[in-house]
Amino acid sequence: MTATVVLVGLTLCTYALKAAAPLVLGARPLPTNLARVADLLPAALLAALVMVSALEEDGAVALDARVVGLAAAATALTLKAPFVVVVVAAVAATAVTRAL
Amino acid sequence: MPFGVAFGIASTEAGLAVWQASAYSLLVFTGSAQFAAVGVIGDGGSAVSAIAAGVLLNVRSLAFGVVMASALQGPWWKRALWSQLMIDETTALGSAQSDLKLRRYAYLFTGVVLFVAWNLSTLVGAAALSSSGDLVTTWGIDAAIPAVFLALLWPRLSDPGQRRSALVGGAIAVALLPIAPPGVPILVAGLGVVAGWRSAPSDGPRPVEAGERVA
Repeated sequence: MTATVVLVGLTLCTYALKAAAPLVLGARPLPTNLARVADLLPAALLAALVMVSALEEDGAVALDARVVGLAAAATALTLKAPFVVVVVAAVAATAVTRAL
Repeated sequence: MPFGVAFGIASTEAGLAVWQASAYSLLVFTGSAQFAAVGVIGDGGSAVSAIAAGVLLNVRSLAFGVVMASALQGPWWKRALWSQLMIDETTALGSAQSDLKLRRYAYLFTGVVLFVAWNLSTLVGAAALSSSGDLVTTWGIDAAIPAVFLALLWPRLSDPGQRRSALVGGAIAVALLPIAPPGVPILVAGLGVVAGWRSAPSDGPRPVEAGERVA
């Protein structure tokens, strides 16, 4: 149920953001501060999503095999590996750690 | 394509049905917003915090629209339709062209190709995993999700302001994780922006390099 409510809400909100300029505002530049917030927000939120998805377990911080997977992903990214290699490295490292 | 498969897997893991995963990719069609929202749903967060996480992550779509608006001229219903394709890659390739008509063609061509690829690969990922339950933790597929977010974050970290925003955002999320309701740590982490603020002004929106996510 939650997933469907989110689907409707997110569809409307993301579409409003996408279509605001082409449909209503035109090519007028955004206020500088808004443009900077829009530019800096993804870094803060993506970092938070990395942390929560790697560390959260039943509402607490847990260090488990996922951390090994995350380290493998970081290593692959440092080596400029393509996206699919990064994800497969994380999955493989986590699976191996769990099997040990 | 792998990014779409990863979304299909992530949404199945968060408890979504295959049709729901597909509906997200058709209707939302904004990779990072979809991942963020589904991540919050999977953690047991409320609908409001899942929507807010996706929206905050994609305020930048507004800036993409400003970049592309002059190239997307036409009757309102065409502009309305074209707007659905407003994502990092289409803006990056569209804005790389000099001529307004070429900008529109590049934007639309990239958009249609990615729309088809994104939806097909979502379906593949969701359908493949929905039949395999326990494999998620045994195989370590749950570790794919932090890896996806890290891969999206990575190109931004070369800029000092972005780096500070990420560091503080990540720290806020970890600190709040044990005490705040699911989803809330991610929203409050948006305050990491304040840490990046003092850096030199940026050149506007920062589309992900084309191919980085799609390759």
